[in-house]
Parts: sequence; structure tokens; C-alpha cells
Amino acid sequence: MAAPILRCARAGRCWSLGSRPRRTRALFAEPVPGRVREQSSAALQEPRPGAHEWAAVVGLEIHAQISSNSKLFSGSQVSFLAPPNSSVSFFDASLPGTLPVLNRRCVKAAVMTGLALNCTVNKKSLFDRKHYFYADLPAGYQITQQRLPIAVNGCLTYSLSVGAHWSPSATKTVRIKQIQLEQDSGKSLHDDTRSQTLIDLNRAGVGLMEVVMEPDMSCGAEAATAVRELQLILRALGTSQANMAEGQLRVDANVSVHHPGEPLGVRTEVKNLNSIRFLAKAIDYEIQRQIEELRNGGKILNETRAFDEKLGCTVSMRDKEGKQDYRFMPEPNLPPLILYDAESLPTAADPQQVVNIDWIRERLPELPSVTRGRLVEQYGILPEHSFALLNEDGLLEFFQTVMKETRAEPKKVIGWILSTFLGYLKQRNLAVSESPISPSSLAELLSLVDSKVISLPAAKQVFEELWQNQGKTTGQIIQEKKLELLQNQEELEEICQAVLAEHPQEVMAVKKGNQKVVNKLIGMVRRATEGRADPIRIKQILEKQLQ
Amino acid sequence: MLGLSLREVSAALKQGQVSPMELCQKCLSLIKETKFLNAYITVEEERALKQAEESEKRYEKGQALGILDGIPIAVKDNFSTAGIETTCASNMLKGYIPPYNATVVQKLLDQGAVLLGKTNLDEFAMGSGSTDGIFGPVRNPWSYSKQYREKKKQSHHRADEDSDWLITGGSSGGSAAAVSAFTCFAALGSDTGGSTRNPAALCGLVGLKPTYGLISRYGLIPLVNSMDVPGILTRCVEDAAIVLGILAGHDPKDSTTAQDPVGPFTLPILRDVGKLCIGIPKEYSAPGLSSEVQAFWSKAADLFASKGAKVVEVSLPHTSYSIVCYHVLCTAEVASNMARFDGLEYGHRCNVNVSTEAMYAATRREGFNDVVRGRILSGNFFLLKENYDDYFVKAQKVRRLIANDFVKVFNSGVDVLLTPTTLSNAVPYLEFIKEDNRTRSARDDIFTQSVNMAGLPAVNVPMALSSQGLPIGLQLIGRAFSDQQLLTVAKWFEEQVQFPVIQLQELMDSCQTFSQHKKLASVSLKR
Repeated sequence: MAAPILRCARAGRCWSLGSRPRRTRALFAEPVPGRVREQSSAALQEPRPGAHEWAAVVGLEIHAQISSNSKLFSGSQVSFLAPPNSSVSFFDASLPGTLPVLNRRCVKAAVMTGLALNCTVNKKSLFDRKHYFYADLPAGYQITQQRLPIAVNGCLTYSLSVGAHWSPSATKTVRIKQIQLEQDSGKSLHDDTRSQTLIDLNRAGVGLMEVVMEPDMSCGAEAATAVRELQLILRALGTSQANMAEGQLRVDANVSVHHPGEPLGVRTEVKNLNSIRFLAKAIDYEIQRQIEELRNGGKILNETRAFDEKLGCTVSMRDKEGKQDYRFMPEPNLPPLILYDAESLPTAADPQQVVNIDWIRERLPELPSVTRGRLVEQYGILPEHSFALLNEDGLLEFFQTVMKETRAEPKKVIGWILSTFLGYLKQRNLAVSESPISPSSLAELLSLVDSKVISLPAAKQVFEELWQNQGKTTGQIIQEKKLELLQNQEELEEICQAVLAEHPQEVMAVKKGNQKVVNKLIGMVRRATEGRADPIRIKQILEKQLQ
Repeated sequence: MLGLSLREVSAALKQGQVSPMELCQKCLSLIKETKFLNAYITVEEERALKQAEESEKRYEKGQALGILDGIPIAVKDNFSTAGIETTCASNMLKGYIPPYNATVVQKLLDQGAVLLGKTNLDEFAMGSGSTDGIFGPVRNPWSYSKQYREKKKQSHHRADEDSDWLITGGSSGGSAAAVSAFTCFAALGSDTGGSTRNPAALCGLVGLKPTYGLISRYGLIPLVNSMDVPGILTRCVEDAAIVLGILAGHDPKDSTTAQDPVGPFTLPILRDVGKLCIGIPKEYSAPGLSSEVQAFWSKAADLFASKGAKVVEVSLPHTSYSIVCYHVLCTAEVASNMARFDGLEYGHRCNVNVSTEAMYAATRREGFNDVVRGRILSGNFFLLKENYDDYFVKAQKVRRLIANDFVKVFNSGVDVLLTPTTLSNAVPYLEFIKEDNRTRSARDDIFTQSVNMAGLPAVNVPMALSSQGLPIGLQLIGRAFSDQQLLTVAKWFEEQVQFPVIQLQELMDSCQTFSQHKKLASVSLKR
């Protein structure tokens, strides 16, 4: 059977199948999972008998590794790529008699994240044990916050970009159910040839924030954008490096489909999503798979599926044979986690022993949405430019450094950065930090353009040279290639005069009133100067001489 | 010398009447001679002698570390000891050598105490007899006392010497036997439902269960985290107070320890009990309580009254729910705490390697005894989603009611509660094992357990000998964090009752029976 074409329409979530003509018209404006709204009047007016409209519902469980020097309940170092089992305390290895001691930095990180996601931070939260046997879970249970998590009832606003254009109507909100603190597990390395499993406990006990997003999304693009926004927020806060490839941000997606107006369908959980691109792909694949399955009279199983990057599809993991009962129990070795605000803070409290929510709130760093607004305000750039600047790691800093050092206008700078600079990077698959051109060189280059020392085409040439020949300065390149604009009026006038003298036919044409020919003459003069003349100036001189 | 109190022996060491090495050697040879008591699982002879030697050097320089410097002690084998095997009397941890010291062990070592070895217990401290560990049962030194032997002769009980011995109670029976037989001056036990007080009562010792949160549990291999406390076993109240003073205090490694400053725990001499109010909980006249214990309990109450204390009957109405409630909470935490024993990181691992799951199953089957496995099974049942509210949550609510009973009584003006510690004196092993562990634990913990539910301090003080010539102790219970006040009253009571010292000449004779090839140490066991 032909694969159905998948579309994620801008305003509505309408999944059409390839067997019929594509339909991009939205059936209903905003799906609210759990209680599907009445269909819009448009749909009721135009019922299409036999039309199979599907709505998809996507919720996310996101584990963000907390950026902290030590683990959630022990003093072991947290470091990515350390030699196996080199960062394991007695507690991490679950030696009998050891006890958890809560890391204050992790609590603060969760509070910051909760505040940034508009959550209610619970002044009292509890820790629980979640039991299951797994080789990389040494204690046989994970300490988490099942009953009363540290933060609840928040929301995250994200803007869906539609094509290259930004539109305020594509601003969406996903509710945050809760943020809970919990321990990471170790890693199992399966050696199939020797049929053994090796355990690395370096990651065991590292602090995680589990962010539970309500099923308010309806396609891969929405989920991907929401996760990207969360990633930017976490990085702005410094609470997580949120690097998906390094496993600092792990996303599980709960996906189901149903007919609009009918109850939600059975959901599957999609795991193993280690990039934002694959997240979107996996969700969209899973939605289509479920629709196909149901259309063919099949059933959706409540199962865990893994995304296979190579095949681009999800496959059943079949890891949970039978029902798992985690046998939750309060963690008896940790008293309730009590947080304070300015009002409830005990006067004699040791600042090293307490966490003050108000204190943290006052010191929250600028969040991405605020940064974008500020950029638009400060530089007069377009909102979509502000999104683009934040979306690429390090690009905003690059832009701001250029702005500090150049005389060029922000609009010119943003153009260069978003088209030329970013284009070069993307083409070569480089990160901003790997750019061979420093912000200072670019700033210098743009200043030279601004003060008309070089022309725009010459600047492009210099840029290319800078990229290729690291170590050379902008000045050196301009000098070597003789790229600076001719500033000497007399010299320019002489060249223009010579060109006019050599092309009497063109001069005649202009004099007859064909102004277009002036451009041809300008081009000739520029060729004669090897592009080193400012076309506007040439035009002025030519017009004067032609009179 | 070995019968001295901590203060006395400390003074003797300071004055050079005895050296730490001599003291250590005496204890070590007595341990050997009383090996049949099975009080110790591990005796660290070399290590102890080395510690004693270091202590001796300190005394020579006049730089003793503290009151315990050079004094031999023993520690229950469920406390982590760096470099010393810690087994919990279980196959699961046989051969397990922890890389760190429990905070309480470290504090004792920091005082210069000489650690002789690790004492026997019920597997993972689950039991009330010290009979259910892989190293076999502990024998009560009183089985061999002159007091008991003479009474037995009178009652024409021709005792078969080898099978007629008594249990110590438990689960800290090894520590109790070790202190009772003068092989050490103090020992650490643990107390989750009475495991320190129960053997203290049966072995004629002071057994202190401090307030929950007063002493660090870091390094104590847990039974029930929310009820466990390190216990102290000594021969007199003063000694218990001294050890408590060393152990008490906040530990950054145990988040459940109280942060407020504690102590001091020096005990003032209580001359007048006129201002004291002693509560007698009526619910503690439980079925099964021997008439003899009942009589001593009344006598003790009368003693307080006769010296001017106000003695009132009080009610702890939820007492009878304690056992069943404890069963649910204990097994649930046991199921959870035992989950880490999977054969991967440490401890026993079976030979099965078909799959990880098969390895877990076989390891745990081989590693745990029936008692432990039974509790794990029950606990997991109670924690299942469909049962959680009906069992665990309900039990927690009942626990709160039990704790509130105590709060109400103490708020009504009662200073200390006086209760029995055990139903009767120690019973012979052969009689004890007629019933299964669960039945025995449920029965024997009856007076001690609710104290753990409420986190209160309680102490067993030996009162007198029964008609069989065996110790009977009573329990005093205090308000949370009133350990010093509680011990002050206990000390007064101790003075009044003048509990007799164990006469172990008979033990020495038995020693000859049990280890004829060994030479007896000529130590005076009398104070």
C-alpha cells in the first residue's frame, strides 16, 4: 500500500490519507486532548460522507540531566565520557547502609526550571521509591517524586515556524503537568559476542528533572518545537546542557490517534529519540502507522516502541512482558523537601541549608522569549530573525559581538549573519563555534562595506577568502586582492571618460533617451575598475559627463 | 577488671592499673573461652591488638582520645566496618567487606575504642531470639550462671548441659551475650521493634533505644529505615549514657538525624522522684505476660510511688494494632531494602547465568533464609498498586494513631512510662524454636515495638531475677529527645533495685566442658 502523505497544517491538526485528495483545510481549530471540542461549523456544514479524518494527540515525558558538579544524592562527580565506573560513590553502588543526601544545587535547578515554565513550586515535596529490577539500577529502585513533585501546573509557549515565515498565529502553548526530581540509572553495555552485559555506574544517581508535558500537541513539528524551546530555556537557565546527542535531554513521546469528536485512542510510547529531528520524524511516523493500523481494522496496543533511525520507523520493544507494578513507596531516608519563600523563611535559617523560591525568582536569567523581544526592540530586526538567532547555538552571541564591533546597521548585519554566514556553516555542517571567521573579522568587514571602502561584491569575495585562508586579516586580503573601492574622484572621472569615449553608440543611445543603457555603461566602468568602484558614484559621474 | 563500668575501667587505664593491651588480651582470651556462646561472628584479634597498642602509646604520652580510649567494645554484624567482613548473618553478605565505617563505628574508633569483633544476630536482624542466622543461635550466658544453675538443681531439673541452654533474645543477641559474658565493656546493637531492649532484658543488661534521629543510621544495614536506630548494650545505665554521648548528634550523611545540638548526656543524681509522674499503660497487661513479670512490674510501680513519684494508669488505646501495623510497614520496607541484593555489585552471586533474571532469582533464593524471603514476599504484596491503600497507607495511618497515643499521654503530664520489656524471662532454645519466626517476633515485640513506631527513646533496665534465677527487665519510655531525662530516671531505678551481677563461675566450668584443651584465663568476673 502506498505510504500516506503526512501533513501538519499550520492552524489545524488534520491528518489526511494519501488515498484521497490531500486536504489541508482544518477541521477544528484547537484540539484539546481529553475533551475534544465540538467540531467547527465549517466541518458540520460540509460533511464529507466516508471521509476519515484523524486527530493525533502527542504528550511528552522529558528527562533533562541537571547541570551539576555532583549527583542528586551523592558527592560523586558528574562527567560525560569519564572512564567507566570512575565516578561511583558507595551510595551510587548501593552499598548496604549508605543513605541519600539531597544535592541543593539540583533542588535549585528544579526550582529555576519550574519558575521558568510558569509552574507552581511546591513548598513541600516528597521522594518515593520506584521499584524494578534492572542491572543498571543498583538499589533495585529509583528515587523519584511520584506523589508530590517539586513543581506542578506550568505551561510552555512556543512558536511554530511555518516555512521560513514567522507568524504570531502559530504561537502555541503546552501545559506542563509536573517537574520531578529523580535519579538517573547507570548504563548497560551488551557484549553480544561474549554474551555478557557490562555495567557502567558513572551515570547512576545523576540528577534528572522529569518534565511531563500534557498531550496538547498533535504532530511531530509541534513536539519538536516545544522540545527545542524547552532546550533553549534550560540552557538559558543553566539548569541543563540539554544536549540530546549526549543524552542530557531524553524525550519519550506518548502518541495516539482518534476520530475528532470521539474518545482518545490507545496510546503508544515512543522511546529512543536522540535528536529533535528524529523526534519529529518518529512521532509523525507513529501517527501514520496508527492510522494505517486502525484503517486496516487492526488494534493499537498500549506498548513501548523504539524509533529506528536507519529505517525511519518505530518498532515494538516488547520489553514489558506482562504488567509492571513499580510498588511505589515513600523514601524513608529523606525527610520532606521543604522550600521557603520570603515570607516563610525562618529568620535563623542558614542560607546554605535552605532554598528560597523568591530569591531564585528574582535572579532568574533572561528567558529566550524575553531575549527575542529585546532583540527586536533593540536592533529593530524582524521577529523571525530573533528566532533564527536563538535557534542556532552560539549565533546570538556571535551576532551581538559583531554588533558591538561594527559600524554597520543591525539590519545589514542580521542579513549577513542569517544568509551568508549561516549558509556557509550549514553547507559545511559546522557549528557556530567551529566557524573559521571570528565575529571581529566579520565586524571589520561589515564596517568597511558600511563606510564604502569596499563594495558588496568585494565584501563577499573577502568573506570567501577569510573562510578559506585562516590567519589572514580582512585588511590583508583587501590589499592583496586590491579590492578597496576607488575613492579618487579624478581617477574615477578619467576612467568614466575613457569608457564613454570607447563606446559612442551607447552614449548616443542614452542621449536619445534610453536610460537603461546607463546601467550597461556602469557595468563597463566597474569591469574597468575590477569591481572596485561604487556603482552609485559611477552613476553620478556618468550622468554628469553625459549631460 | 572486666566487670568494671566504663568510668571505672577508664580510670584504671588512666592510672595505669591496667594497660589497653592487657585489657584487650583478656577480652580476646575470654572470647575464645566462651566461643560456644556463639556471640561473635568475626573476632578481629590482630586488628584489636594493634588498636590497643596504639591506645597504649597514647596513654604513655598522656594523650588519650577520650573516655573510651583503649576500652574493648563489640559491634553487631549489621553495622558496616571498613575492612571487616559484615555479614548480617546472611549467606547474601558472607564475605562482604565494606569499604567504609558506619558513623557510629567511626565515632567509637575516634574515641580510641578497641573494636574486638562483630556480633551474631538473626539474619538481617529479623527475629527476636538470635536463633535465625546462618552462623547458628546465640547462647545466653545466664544459662551457665550460678544463679540459674542452682535454681534448676532445686527444681530437680536434671539438665542436659548441652541442649538445655537459653536464648538471648534478639536480634542483637550476640552483642547482649558479649557484654553479659564480660567479653567487652559495651556493644552496639540495633533496634527496630525491640532488638536491643529484648536481649538486654533476657541477658540482664541495660539496653537503650535512643530517640529516632538522635543517632546516625549511616552504615547500619537497614531493616526498616523509618524505625531503625542503633542501640546501646551496657551493664549499667551510666555506661549507656556515656556511649550515647559519644554517638549522638547530627550526621550530614543521614538526613533523618536531628540538626539541633544535642546533649550533654551526663546524668545528674536524682535524689527526689517526688516531681516525677510515671505512667502505667493499662494496655500492656497483655495476654501472655507472665505472672512473674507482671508482679515485678507492679513492684516497680510501687517502688516509684513509695518514693513519692506520682504513678498513674494511662491508656495507649491503639497498642493492640501495633503488631499487625508493624508487620505491614516492616515487610514493605524490607522488600524495598532487600531489592539491592541482586548479586551484581557485591555479596553472594549464584552460578546460574542463563539470564540476568534467572541469576537474580537463584542468587536471592540461595542468599536469603525463609524468614527474609517471606518478608520480601509479603512486603511486595502490600506495595502492589491494588493493595497499597488497603495495607500500606492504612498501616501508616495506624502508626500515626499509635504515635499520637504517646503524645497525648506525655502531654497529660506523664514524664516516663513504665512497662514490661518481655513477656517472661529467657526461654530454652528447644522451647523457643517450636514456633516459627513470625509468630515469635509478633509475640515477643509486643511491648517494645510501638516505641519504634513513635520514634521515642526507651531503655530496658534489669530489675531482678525470676524464680528460675534469670533476669527480668522493665522498660522505661520517654518523650522524643528526652533521652537524658529518661536515663536519669533509669539510673535512679537501677540504684533502687540493685540487680545482681551474673555469677559466671559456672560458665567457667562449662568452658572446661566445651573447650577442655584450652587454658582458662584467670580473670575476676566480679565487680
